[in-house]
Amino acid sequence: MGWAIILIEWPILSVLIFLPLVGSLFILSVRGEQEIVAANARAVALWASLITFAISLLLWIKFDRTTAEFQFIEHREWISSFGISYFLGVDGISLLFVVLTSVLTLICILASWESITVRVKEYMIAFLVMETMMIGVFCALDTVLFYIFFEGLLIPMFLIIGIWGGPQRVYAAFKFFLYTLTGSVFFLIALLAMYFEAGTTSIPELMSASFAPKMQLWLWLALFASFAVKVPMWPLHTWLPDAHVEAPTAGSVILAGVLLKLGGYAFIRFSLPMLPDASAYFTPLIYGLSIIAVIYTSLVALMQEDMKKLIAYSSVAHMGFVTIGLFTLTTQGVEGALVIMLSHGLISSALFLCVGVVYDRMQSRLIGTYGGLVHRMPVYALVFMVFTLASIGLPGTSGFVGELLVLVGAYQVATWVAALAATGVVLGAAYMLWLYGRVIFGTLENEALKSILDLNRREILMFAPIIVGVLWLGVYPNSFLDVMHVSVENLIALSQPSEMGQTLLIVK
Amino acid sequence: MNPVSDFFLILPELILLGAASCLLIFGVFRTTNADPGVTRLAVVFMGVSLVFVLAIAGDEKMIFEGLLITDRFGQFMKALVLVGAILTLVMGHGYREREGLMQFEYPVLIMFASLGMLLMVSANDLMSLYLGLELQSLPLYVIAAFNRDSERSSEAGLKYFVLGALSSGLLLYGCCLVYGFTGSTSFDGISAALSHDNTPSTGVVVGMVFLSAGLAFKVSAVPFHMWTPDVYEGAPTPVTAFFAAAPKVAAVALFLRVLFDPFGTMISHWQQLIIAISIASMLLGAFAAIYQTNIKRLMAYSSIGNIGYAFVGLAAGTEEGIQGVIIYMTIYLMMTIGSFGCILSMRVRGQMLEGIGDLAGLGRTNPLMAIALAAMMFSLAGIPPLAGFFGKLYVFLAAIHVGLYPLAVIGLLTSVVGAFYYFRIIKIMYFDEAKEVFDKPIGREITVVVSLSAVFVLLFFVYPTPVITGAANAAAALFP
Repeated sequence: MGWAIILIEWPILSVLIFLPLVGSLFILSVRGEQEIVAANARAVALWASLITFAISLLLWIKFDRTTAEFQFIEHREWISSFGISYFLGVDGISLLFVVLTSVLTLICILASWESITVRVKEYMIAFLVMETMMIGVFCALDTVLFYIFFEGLLIPMFLIIGIWGGPQRVYAAFKFFLYTLTGSVFFLIALLAMYFEAGTTSIPELMSASFAPKMQLWLWLALFASFAVKVPMWPLHTWLPDAHVEAPTAGSVILAGVLLKLGGYAFIRFSLPMLPDASAYFTPLIYGLSIIAVIYTSLVALMQEDMKKLIAYSSVAHMGFVTIGLFTLTTQGVEGALVIMLSHGLISSALFLCVGVVYDRMQSRLIGTYGGLVHRMPVYALVFMVFTLASIGLPGTSGFVGELLVLVGAYQVATWVAALAATGVVLGAAYMLWLYGRVIFGTLENEALKSILDLNRREILMFAPIIVGVLWLGVYPNSFLDVMHVSVENLIALSQPSEMGQTLLIVK
Repeated sequence: MNPVSDFFLILPELILLGAASCLLIFGVFRTTNADPGVTRLAVVFMGVSLVFVLAIAGDEKMIFEGLLITDRFGQFMKALVLVGAILTLVMGHGYREREGLMQFEYPVLIMFASLGMLLMVSANDLMSLYLGLELQSLPLYVIAAFNRDSERSSEAGLKYFVLGALSSGLLLYGCCLVYGFTGSTSFDGISAALSHDNTPSTGVVVGMVFLSAGLAFKVSAVPFHMWTPDVYEGAPTPVTAFFAAAPKVAAVALFLRVLFDPFGTMISHWQQLIIAISIASMLLGAFAAIYQTNIKRLMAYSSIGNIGYAFVGLAAGTEEGIQGVIIYMTIYLMMTIGSFGCILSMRVRGQMLEGIGDLAGLGRTNPLMAIALAAMMFSLAGIPPLAGFFGKLYVFLAAIHVGLYPLAVIGLLTSVVGAFYYFRIIKIMYFDEAKEVFDKPIGREITVVVSLSAVFVLLFFVYPTPVITGAANAAAALFP
């Protein structure tokens, strides 16, 4: 009996959040010979992220999927005079992102095992701190707490790009940081304004608060400034290709896999349920920007010489689908957007890892360097093919489920949006297949490639869980949709614009 | 009025006065090598004074017929001033030893300046205000020029003195006008005179503006900031550290007291003034620092910018705003001390360095110092979860509560610009290749002070309640 209570009562979310931080403190305390320190740092980081992953799976198992209420709630006084509390909880939407974060961090640490050789200790600390921040964002139910995690992410990411990045790393790090910070200050102002209007910083309470329609417009724009940079939406996406290209492989993986999801997640948590009238009012704007993103960035992706840049632009296009899906406010659209976010988290991460594999061997990301890799690296060619097809959205992979659901959702609301967005699917197939063809097929001409080695055990181990995830999500998406379904319905119910608000805004 | 209890209430000031005088005499009679002992004793006595500040009950009491006042606000700010003075004095010891600045007058002057600051914080009359301010300023002029063999230091001292005298003149002129039009020098008297008529006479308004100008000089707010970069750069580094820490806090405290006590009813008049000063300081602090290559000069612009942020809270003109300013200044004090602690450790082969470029590769050559300085820079940039974020949060909170959205937007955008140059320091430390390795060991006292402030900045978010409730009580005491 006593055991059972302990098992139920422990603060599972706090443990999830702070376990990586404890790991990083442990690494910080390691001293001695450089190589021993590096080996220890790797081991500690691996174990810390492995245990975090295990706990996140436990969270998934224990999660009650019949209710839209927040679960595993932890609520403590923190800064009482201003009503900020340490308030955590997950629902069906955030749960899957927590799992995604923990699995990707684990994969990132594996991916950096050999490719990072300088300042390993600091690198592992930065990654674990980042995991803390990312899980914190998805669990936070207090706006200020959310903001702290949301912004705190900048520090480790800035360092990861700046210290371990490519030749243009300083430029990329500053661009990344200045773009996001500029957006975020508007978010902060909006948070404070909402606090004074509604008298609370608790996210669940703010979801049921109603703001005056005129005020909603301003708040929505302020939030949009921040989230649109994070998503990123056209035309605020230009930091992304630079950051992706210059970041080390694992940095790109986290950037594409988790950081890009923060924008969409923030739209779900803040803009849609808290400001429903303004969201309805600005939906055409979102559709317009998203469609431009889908078509324009796909075209840009076609022209890229650099593999990482190509995948970065394709990310912008995929995120365009996400924002379309979210703002349709149909069950299919929102669930489709969530599935795309999860699936893109896996696929784009895997694609960056694929680039990382050949980059580690050849120190080049240019498409022109490669060609004919299938002759030397058959396993690699297979893995790369799985993710290329998944990115295109081949039925049976996760990419298909998400895109289909979003298009179905969009079709119900606005046919023209669905029609234009669908062209993105075609363009996506074009640039991905062309990339694959140029890198993998053809004759092996480059002399340096003649001795290139296929994937080793560690690399296969790294890709295996992602392949499983992509196929699982593609073949039987219900195990994911079940978890989010009730929460999504609840979100849609909360996000319905009020009639009065609509008439007021449209008259203006 | 009981004179005995009055003397009891100013015990912290009396201790400083007595100790400083005795140490001065001691130093004069013991002609050689008096400094190490005097410095240590100065630290001890300032510590004792701090203990008394904290021990004496903080309820509002008038002293000497309303010449001075003690309240929770004064208590909090005095504690900050003394902490700043003690830590900077401790921190600068090693530097002075190496650079041959071991005159015993230095700690004594710091003590007199601190005494002046305590009087400023508790001033409740234009007379005591001026006396406190001058008692603070005169020692500062001297220690700015303390390295008398250095042309830069002498220039800094002279510049500071001339401009300081000018600002004192402005302030006195303001005091005269206010006295002339209200008929009283005591804060309560002025406030009573002003509460009678709804529109204060032009003379009082002009007087108030002159007074604010004089005080704005002391806190180095734009457009009275011109002395700051030169003095910060020219003065010996421990002196700069002291300038950036304790006197700023004291002057801001006095500013708060003057605006809310005697001129509390004129809020609509001074609010515009403060908003203008605040915006100008934030802009200048952000943009002028971008191209600086000397780290002390950069810190000067940074301190100008920080005063701008603190004044965002003041501009709100509410109790919440005062609380924000107090929290901001507390955090600012610790960040400044930590940053200067690192600057004082920039030494290569016995030579002190001040160039930002000299920090190159510090992340590799001295990881702990780099982490501490990086924490200070991230915090100054206002990135959560570090302490600096909470300072900004509270001042902007107050501004938004009264609807000062344009001020908040401008402020936060300048903080992004400011973040650029703070991040540049981090970039130099971590992204660039190492040039020269700094000398070791760094003095033990600096290590202690820097670690203290780094822990404060890094872990403030874990348990912010003491500072926040302390500031709330202080603000409640001041707010009319």
